[in-house]
Amino acid sequence: MKDFSALLDRLAYTPSRNDKLRLMADYFAGAPDPDRGYALAALTDGLFFRVPFRRIFAEMLEARVDPVLFKLSRDYVGDTAETISLLWPAQEEGQDPPRLADVVERVQKANPTEIPPLLTGWLDRLDATGRWALLKLLTGALRVGVSARLAKTALAQWSGKPLSEIEEVWHGLTPPYLPLFAWLTDQAPRPDTSGSAVFRPLMLSHAIEDRELAAITPGDFVAEWKWDGIRVQATHQKGEKRLFSRTGDDISGAFPDVVEALPDGVVLDGELLVLRDDDVAPFNDLQQRLNRKTVTAAMLKSHPAHIRLYDLLFEDGEDLRPLPFMERRARLEAWYAEHTPARTDISEIVGFDTVAELEALWTGARETGIEGLMLKRRMSPYLAGRPKGHWYKWKRAPLMIDAVLMYAQRGSGKRSSYYSDYTFGAWREGETGAPELVPVGKSYFGFTDEELKQLDSFVRSNTVDSFGPVRQVAPKLVFEVAFDSVHRSTRHKSGVAMRFPRIHRIRWDKPAAEADTLQTVQALIVD
Amino acid sequence: MSVLRFDQWLTVDARGLYCRPGGFYVDPNGAVSHAVVTHGHSDHARPGHAAALATRETLAIMDARLGEGAPRRNQALPYGEPLSVGDVTVTLYPAGHVLGSAQVLIEYKGARAVVSGDYKRGADPTCVPFELVPCDLFITEATFALPVFQHGDAAAEVAKLVTSVAQFPKRAHVVGAYGLGKTQRMIALLREAGYDRPIFIHGALQACCDLYESFGVALGPLMPATGAAKDALKGAIVLAPPSAIADRWSRRLPDPLTAFASGWMRVRARGRQQGIELPLVISDHADWRELTETIAETDAEEIWVTHGREDALLHHIATTGRRGRALALVGREDEDQ
Repeated sequence: MKDFSALLDRLAYTPSRNDKLRLMADYFAGAPDPDRGYALAALTDGLFFRVPFRRIFAEMLEARVDPVLFKLSRDYVGDTAETISLLWPAQEEGQDPPRLADVVERVQKANPTEIPPLLTGWLDRLDATGRWALLKLLTGALRVGVSARLAKTALAQWSGKPLSEIEEVWHGLTPPYLPLFAWLTDQAPRPDTSGSAVFRPLMLSHAIEDRELAAITPGDFVAEWKWDGIRVQATHQKGEKRLFSRTGDDISGAFPDVVEALPDGVVLDGELLVLRDDDVAPFNDLQQRLNRKTVTAAMLKSHPAHIRLYDLLFEDGEDLRPLPFMERRARLEAWYAEHTPARTDISEIVGFDTVAELEALWTGARETGIEGLMLKRRMSPYLAGRPKGHWYKWKRAPLMIDAVLMYAQRGSGKRSSYYSDYTFGAWREGETGAPELVPVGKSYFGFTDEELKQLDSFVRSNTVDSFGPVRQVAPKLVFEVAFDSVHRSTRHKSGVAMRFPRIHRIRWDKPAAEADTLQTVQALIVD
Repeated sequence: MSVLRFDQWLTVDARGLYCRPGGFYVDPNGAVSHAVVTHGHSDHARPGHAAALATRETLAIMDARLGEGAPRRNQALPYGEPLSVGDVTVTLYPAGHVLGSAQVLIEYKGARAVVSGDYKRGADPTCVPFELVPCDLFITEATFALPVFQHGDAAAEVAKLVTSVAQFPKRAHVVGAYGLGKTQRMIALLREAGYDRPIFIHGALQACCDLYESFGVALGPLMPATGAAKDALKGAIVLAPPSAIADRWSRRLPDPLTAFASGWMRVRARGRQQGIELPLVISDHADWRELTETIAETDAEEIWVTHGREDALLHHIATTGRRGRALALVGREDEDQ
């Protein structure tokens, strides 16, 4: 537990992605099997313990800690597991802390009545950081800012094996991942996962640049609409059905409606959408289904899911990925004609003869659910990752408003000495009839390092109030804010929420009074 | 056993704790004619006193830090030497908090009251260790008076810093540390851990380091951080006041990794809110166990609790059958903030 808790402790405080990778790679290099496999499982949300920890904690504490002191401490610390780890009475030195693998395996095997004495014994043998890590591990809430993908990237960095291969073998294996580590340390061949319902890393696209656009011809490229849902991989192999997100997270549990309909023997690539009467619903509707592990019957009815198919990767055990896109497309169409599973359709190919024609299509695309165009090279095989020169995305032009800087907050990591996170607002008529600003969005990117320095000094010299790390600034500076779309929101005071807002330009020259109104923003809402 | 109640001769007013038969305040929060000062931190050693009684070290610190505001008359009193002041006898005992810090024993008509000032029981190579003084009334600090505060081994925290320097050799490790006490203790702990490279310090820390060295506390090679070449600061340890570690000053440092040496770092949210990457739980105040054990060991029947989280400590005092009282002293702040 000692190395593992030291790792979690450092990760929790380290904002930089590269430094997190370094910390994890060092851990994987130094920790033995099977501990590092369980650590990897913990970092990738792969461990679940069906034990009522809350009740067990309450019982354990009653015997050890004065309830008044516990309450005062809990109020101060703000987190129950952390409070317990901090005030657990320290024991005599010299006892060996438990091994991570022991902890995991014994909890998995124990029946509920055996847990409290086990846990008490471990807490007695650990220091405060160890106790914190133990409790976070068992309650399944690590919150150390590491995604499954980042942990896998650390494995790739440490072992020198390609990330795409790690992702591909990943889903066929279970903690503590001994065959994975054996392969990563060159002690065994790569685990064989053919024919099982595992995640195959997706092929991703690049944002197109002007000079690349000029070279697009109908002879080499086809166009498709870029749908505003999430990219998914749907797979059904020998009775196992799975739906994976773009990063390989298994989201089958939240989408039984689309998973059920999958015929056997395929791996499909597509866009997950909420579709009502053939109309794509706003992204917000999909979001409501994404954020949960399971789904209610009411939700299935009110927010029906659908996959718009882009590609066919496997058919009856045959790996189609080396084939050119147009051949895979023909196979997809033939397969679809034969099976036609419910809650799916095929993404249409958009015809064009010239770039100018394409541009007209792109400009006209404002209907809900369309984010822009995808341009795919006819001859491209299906390549994991983001290969250059094969697939391009051409997002429709962003929406723009002029908003006024209202609040600034300090950034993290390299930016911790700068006020780099900005909340901006639009004008509306206040209760007294005088114009007032209401926040419409928040952004921390889109500007250069040089502009950041200027913004930081603007914030410092125009602060009118401060609340902890947040400064309120005089309403003087106008940002031209770009964003992909805007939606109604009941969570925000302004009633609107922007997608991907970024600072497009800083309008040092523009008087704040001439910035846009909330009405202007509301007029951009498409439902 | 005295028949007088303590609050008949030790009173609290707007300027702080006043000993009537001795005619002096202890650590008053504004200028007075006669002050006994426990230690040199600015919330205890205020400017403008006509006369001050303290250890030689504390008086030197006040002279260095207060300039024009230093006491007009100083009277140095070594640890352990009783001195008659008015109708009482005053003796200073080591508090183990910072260089020169003292507890004040006041004896009056057979009763013994001890004002602890700030104190700690843990080892500190830069000052004389705390000495327990049995008494009838113990006036204690309560900065870290919650059972979640257990400060642990400072050497292990310093080892974390040294490990991080090895792991991230291109980043300057900037450590927030209060200028008087914590800075010198950090340096001394690093030297005890075998770290013999030059340690870079912010300009505001220089005077106190010089003062410690003049009292015989060896700190090894120190270099000013301001003006140092950026390359020299890669992988270096840089000490700075807490207010400077994540502000404009620290931008001169190469890819700074911010650490903070403070008892508050025990609680994660405190470090995270301040953007600390490497929290180091090193405190010059007593933790919960030290507070409760010290109270028991003094065998005092009455405990007065000054600044801090007095609720929890008063609850604990009540469960041990002692009389507890919260002293609302104004003007105390926390040097770790």
